[in-house]
Order: sequence, then structure tokens, then C-alpha cells
Amino acid sequence: MSKSHLYGLLLSILMVIAPHADHLPPWVSALCIVLLVWRSYLAWSGNPLPKRWLLMVITLTSLSGILIDFHTLFGREVGVTLLMLLATLKLMELRTARDAMALIFLSCFILITNFLYSQSLLTALYMLATLLVIVTSWVHLHAPGIAVKPRLRVAAVLLLQAIPLTLILFILFPRVPGPLWGLPQDAFARSGLDDTMSPGSVGRLALSDAVAFRVSYQGKPPQRAQMYWRGPVLWDFDGHTWTPGRATQGIAPQFSATGLTTEYSVTLEPHNKHWLFALDVPDSISVPARLTDDFQILSREPVNERLRYEARSHLTFHANLQESQAQLQRALQLPQTLNPRARQLAASWRADDDHAVVRRALGYFNQQNFYYTLEPPPLGRNSMDDFLFDTRQGFCEHYAASFVFLMRAAHIPARVVTGYQGGEYNAYGNYYIVRQSDAHAWAEVWLTGQGWVRVDPTAVIAPERVERGLSAALTDSAALPFMSRNPPLWLRDLRLNWDALANQWNQRVLGYDSERQFAYLSRFGLESVSLQVIYMTAGLGLVIALFALYMLRHLFKREQDKTQAAWLKLCRKLARSGLPRAPHEGPWDYATRVAIARPALADAIQDLAARYVALRYGAIQNERAQSEFIRRATKFGRSKNK
Amino acid sequence: MSLSLKNVIRQAESAILGKPQQIRFALACLLARGHLLIEDLPGVGKTTLAQVLSRTLGLQFARVQFTSDLLPADILGVSVYERDSNQFKFHPGPIFAQMILADEVNRATPKAQSALLEAMEEHQVTIEGVTRPLPAPFFVIATQNPSHQIGTFPLPESQLDRFLMRIEMGYPDAQAERGLLSGVDRREIIAKLTPQMESAELLALQQHVKQIHVSPALLDYVQAILRHTRESAHYTHGLSPRAGLALLSAARAWALIDGRDAVIPEDVQIILPGVVSHRLQTIAEHQHSLTQELIAAVAIP
Repeated sequence: MSKSHLYGLLLSILMVIAPHADHLPPWVSALCIVLLVWRSYLAWSGNPLPKRWLLMVITLTSLSGILIDFHTLFGREVGVTLLMLLATLKLMELRTARDAMALIFLSCFILITNFLYSQSLLTALYMLATLLVIVTSWVHLHAPGIAVKPRLRVAAVLLLQAIPLTLILFILFPRVPGPLWGLPQDAFARSGLDDTMSPGSVGRLALSDAVAFRVSYQGKPPQRAQMYWRGPVLWDFDGHTWTPGRATQGIAPQFSATGLTTEYSVTLEPHNKHWLFALDVPDSISVPARLTDDFQILSREPVNERLRYEARSHLTFHANLQESQAQLQRALQLPQTLNPRARQLAASWRADDDHAVVRRALGYFNQQNFYYTLEPPPLGRNSMDDFLFDTRQGFCEHYAASFVFLMRAAHIPARVVTGYQGGEYNAYGNYYIVRQSDAHAWAEVWLTGQGWVRVDPTAVIAPERVERGLSAALTDSAALPFMSRNPPLWLRDLRLNWDALANQWNQRVLGYDSERQFAYLSRFGLESVSLQVIYMTAGLGLVIALFALYMLRHLFKREQDKTQAAWLKLCRKLARSGLPRAPHEGPWDYATRVAIARPALADAIQDLAARYVALRYGAIQNERAQSEFIRRATKFGRSKNK
Repeated sequence: MSLSLKNVIRQAESAILGKPQQIRFALACLLARGHLLIEDLPGVGKTTLAQVLSRTLGLQFARVQFTSDLLPADILGVSVYERDSNQFKFHPGPIFAQMILADEVNRATPKAQSALLEAMEEHQVTIEGVTRPLPAPFFVIATQNPSHQIGTFPLPESQLDRFLMRIEMGYPDAQAERGLLSGVDRREIIAKLTPQMESAELLALQQHVKQIHVSPALLDYVQAILRHTRESAHYTHGLSPRAGLALLSAARAWALIDGRDAVIPEDVQIILPGVVSHRLQTIAEHQHSLTQELIAAVAIP
């Protein structure tokens, strides 16, 4: 085991365990690093490896560390931790080539565990690079004499050669519906809309530029001002926080479309809640889901994997023209004692009809000195009064909440709707990216003859928010994530390009589940499931067999020279006429046997055997004799065929 | 093939009936500067083969009957005090002959056996501190009786390796046996044999064997055979590199006897049983078909 071998292995291990530092206890990574450094020092200084008992002590100590930390020896985290520690500890007793091989295989295995935590394109690229390093040290192990560059080339060629088989396996290997062994952590850790709203809750989301979902429209996308992605609908207000409340028995959702429809497909990032986002107001959706009384779409299971669905929405509509009394009553509930000034204001408008009240409320927001900001001052107990009359600075949730409050105070049924608004167009992939920073809150009021009508008070105070997005609407955008401000154009382009690529990755690679596989294979007429399995197995077997055959032939071909090839061809010809040569049968023995069996061929075959023996085993090599032999061997077959 | 070599074979065949292959094997062994172990029952012509060869080739012949009380000095020789000259005079033992028949080599003690085997290996002996070279064609034919092993010291595997080939004589076929039974006394025939070759010519032929060409393709074949014995589950141990060298030199000698200047796979196959059968051990007990199985298992590359 030379030093360079060891450094290659050290690098492999380091690259393999590095991504795990993110989610494993710090002491594990620290211990691994210490072991790696220690091993490098031993290799560099030429000191002997540590004694067996010392390794045993370290192993047992880290094992008890795991027990203390995780309280178990099973599970994903513990498994990965154990593997990492064992791999680094194995380095400490690396003596023979066999140990190194074990380590290489172990590295490959640990590498795969990365996918348990993240399956992004970036992770995949990193893992590919790591695999290249591992294979390179593997190549080095088997061919110690090769310099670094050719070694890399051999490894790269090996990886390239694996591509066809990988693709075939990817397309044909039966998918297990649902995850096999738990989900990537990123399915859970995501932030997203909550089912409650209090001052500042949407504003906090605006600071995250994580992707909420991606949309591609079939046909012309709707106007930006119509892109209201409906999320949780909030009914109950306790003076500070809005909650969905307890649903009462309402009327089944009904609407009459009055104009445009749009169709689109959404790729929803996992958010671990039930909502599926759709444009107001959704008509159909391609995954099993339920439409609630207030037009939310809820999936049966929490969305903890990336989910793709097709949906159709009507952009202009009358929703629930007939609403149940219970629901309308619910939409009028207010905490009794709080916010007297706001109540007073609403009462002063009450003389007019409902439409005029809505107009006056919006006019109030428009004419008074309201200010759209991410950093509103804190509000007191009478939060609505404080906001409407004193601070007058707020984000969309403040406006939506206070508007709904005013409406209810004026006896107009109203509710808060949260969701997303707008999105960023990506010209490179022709789709829209909706980020957490596009989170929004607006209001809905129920008007006789019109049903539930969307009213967005934010659009009155900061119309840019709805028309052009958050960064256009905020004058003090310093608090926004860098990318939501106005980054240089090239950076924006780069980011959109990358997102388009990541989107392709999500759609085509990660999204290739059992259904898609089935759909894809159906295109080749493999509809029936049992037949599909048979075809798949047979096809895969055939491909592997052909590949193996090709490799074997390739291997043998390289051993043969032209003389031998001609001789073997001759033997095959004779074999077809019933005189096969045994693999171990020498040319002379064979010629003698053929001569006895076919006296007519005796002279020719013995002459050929003599020439072959002279060429292949003789001392003198002669090109003319070779071409003469090949000519005669070929002619032998032909004259015989006549 | 040189004319004299042809004559040697012809004369030997006339004296030993029905054993042309054994004669050639022995000759190949001699030409490859190896030693021969004949393993067979008494009376099948082991001694005759040795005597005929020595007569035909014009080699000094010595025969040592190995017994349990044989001492190394009985083989190597001993210094005796001579009164006339007041000196110790070395009386060379039978080992100093050009061709030695070590009869029933497994009857002697390991000490006596090793005296012979060391001489075979070194082509020289050291007696009482003086190193004495052995004569220049130097060829040992040892015989071993495979049955009646009681009270014998079978040669250990490491010592068997010293013999280039191990062959069996086998019973003569019916026709040859008839000739044997009806013909003249063998001893008379042997006495009448004349040398067909000078020692110098034999040495030159031994040199010539080394010149026989071995092509890369043939080396591939020999290596494939060695690899097979090492990888196969049939054998307890694979063949050593020395066994590979032995295969090659025996095959070279065979090619020379066959009149060719290059080794072909058939040469390897024909000498293979003689060269490897005493160096290979199978897991199962079927030594006879062992080498044929080995040949059949390895394809000629």
C-alpha cells in the first residue's frame, strides 16, 4: 500500500463523508476528520499504524457515543453514522490491497446514502465527482504504474461505459410506488404557508427565496394580476391571529364560470401540508384531492414528496351564489370588545349598500397615508385600531386582516385567503417559478348576486406588488433575500438557467415514478402489467447478455492476431461440416484427425496446419507467408463450399 | 533431427519392444538435462530401458540398488587411507557415472535419498570438504515401486520436484510381449548394442534443446495451463513456476526429437502427463485421468 494509494483513498472518504456533516452530530464529523488527519500524518511520517486494542477502544467509544446521542442502533441516521465511522476506522488498519478494496466498496455504499438526504441536481453532480475520485483510486489500486491523468481518464471511461446500462436500468427497473426507506430530509425542513396568520407571519415568508412550486401553462398564461394561487382560507379571528376555525356544514362548492379558463401543470415542492395550490377557482385536478367548501384543494396525504399535477381553473367566476346561513354567520364573527375605533369607522359606512362599503374601505386605504413595508412597527392589544389609525405601516397580511375586519364590522361576510401571488417567469424553461417570497394574503367578501368576490387591499396600496412583484413594491428592499432584489442581469439569467435545469431534473429524473414509467412503457405497447414485467425482465436480461457477449468477444478478439483469426475461421468452417475442433486440440492433432476423417481434404488441411504452426509457433515471422496462409485458408473454405 | 538421434531411437526400439513412447520420454528427459523417475512394478523393463539407453548413447553406466541400509558414502564414494602413499585416496562412488540407475529409490533412508537428489540438483558433490564436479552428460533414472510401500520412505513432494518427468512403463502389448517371450535373451541383445552417439554430440544436442523456439502464443498456452491448475478447485496446489519451466524444457526436447525447431501445443500436451503428474495433487483420488482432464480443460489460446 503506497502513500499515493492511501492519499487517493483518504480523498475518496473525505469527499464521501463531507456532505453528511450537514445533518449528523458534529462530534461524528469531528471524529472522522481527526481520524483522517491522523492517518495522513501516519502515512506522511511513516509511523506504524495504531495498535488493535486502541482501535477497539475508539470503536467502542464511538459506538457508545452513538447510543447516547441517538438512543438506538437502528435507523437511517445511525446507519449512516456507523458506516462513516467504520469507513474511517478501517483506514486506520489499512494494510493489504483487500482492505483497500473493502474501503472502496464501502465508499460507494456511503455515497449512495447521500440520496437519503437530498436528491437535488447539485447533489447528483457532486456525487458523480466523488464517484470519479473513488473509481480513480480503484484504478490506481489495480494499475499502480499509471500517472494521475491517464488514471482519471480510465476512470472516466469506465463511468461513461456504465451509462448505457444505467439508462436501461433507470427506464426499465420496476419502481416502487412511494419511498422505500424514508424520505429525503428536505421534504420536512421546508418552510411554507401556515394555516394561521398573525401580523408578520407572511412577511417572514417573504424573506425566503425557496421555491414553493413551478407552473407551466398550456397556452397563453393569464395576466399576472390574475395569478392568485389559493391556499388556506382563514375564518376565525381572536384579535391577533387568524385561523381556519372549525368548518361548519356549508353548501357544496359551486361556481359558474363566466369567462376564461386556463390549464396548467404544477410541480409542487414538498411542504408537508395538505394544500395543493391552484389558481382561483379550480375546476379539475389530476391527483386525488378534495375541494372544500371554501375552494381549497386538499390532498389526502400530506405533500411530502415533490408532486406534479395538472389542473384547470376558471379565472372569472361567481362562487357560491347561494351560501349557507351558517357560513355567512361564521364570516361575520368578530371578537366583541376589541378595536372600537375600527368598528366605529365601519359603522359610519354602513348607510351605503355593500358594494359602496367595499369601495369606501378600499378608498380609505388608498387615500390615507398607508405604507407597504416588510418591517412594520409592532401593534398593541387593539391591533386593528393601532394599524388603521396610528402606524399605518404593514405587509399584505395587515391589509387583508384589517380589510376583513372592517367588512365584518360593517356586516358584510368576509374571510382571509392566503396563498401565493404572481411568480417569476423563466424564459429558459417557459415556466413560472413561485417562491415563498411570493406568499400573499388577500380578502374575500360575499355579496348578494355575486357570491364570494376577491378583494385585494394590497393592490390598492401597492399595485406594483400584484403587477410586478414584491421587489417592485417595496421601497426599502434591503431586508429581502438578495435574489428577490434586483440582481445584475447576468446573475439573474444564470439563476433562471440553473432553475430551468433543476426543473428538468425534477421532472424527468426524480419525477420518473411508477406511473410515469408505466406511461412511458405504454408508448411501446407494454400496457399489460404482467406482460410488462415479463418484457422488462426478458429485455433487461437480453441486453445484459448481449453486452456480456460483446465484452467477451471484445476481450478475446484482442488476443487474436490475423493468423489465428484465419485459423479459427477455418476451424469454424470445418465445425459446420461436422468436424469441430476441441478447444484444447492442437493444430497438428486436428489436421491429422481431419485428414483421417476426410481423406480428400488431407493434403490441404495438413498444408494449412503446417503453415499455421510455422507462423504461430515458429521462430521466423514472415508477412508474405502470413498473407499466403490467410489466402489459402480463405480459399480452402470457398473451394469446399462449391 | 540429427541422424545419430534417429539411430539412437531405432536401436533402442529394437532392443525394447513396444515401448517407443517411453524411450522417447526418457530421451527427452535426458536431452532437457532432467532426471527421470520410473514408477512401475518390477519386471516391466525399467532396468532394461536404462541399460539400453546407456549402451546406445555410449554413457558410463552405474547401478545403485537402494536398500534401507544404504549410506550416502555408498553412493558418493569414500576416501580410503592408502598405506603405499601414506595418503587418503578418494574412491568415487557410482554417482560419478554418466548414467545412474537408482533402483527402488524409496527403499533407502531419506539421508541416502537426499545424497542422490542433491547431486542431481547441483551436478556436483561435496565430499569431505572437496567439491567434485560430476561428469557431463549426467542422467539419473530412479525407479520406484508403487505397491509394497511397507518399510519404504516415499519421496516427499519437494523431492519429487527434482525429477523432470515421471513415467510408467506399463505392460507390453500382446505383440511386443510375444516378441519378448520368443526372442533372444535381452541381456545378449544389450551386450551387442553399439554406441550411436558421442558424448560431445549428446552435449551439443542438449545445447540445441535450449535453442528450440518458444513463441509468445505457446507461452500463453503454458501460462493458461498453470493458471488453470491454480484456479481450479480440483487441485490442492497449483503448479509452481519451476513446473512451468520444466514443462517448457521438456516440450523443447520433445520438439527436437520430433524434428522441429519450434514448440507447438501438441508437444506440451504430450509431455504434460510426465511432467506434472508427480507435481499435482488432486482433491479426489483419480491420478490417472488427472492430466488428461487438465489438457482437456485448457483451451489453446
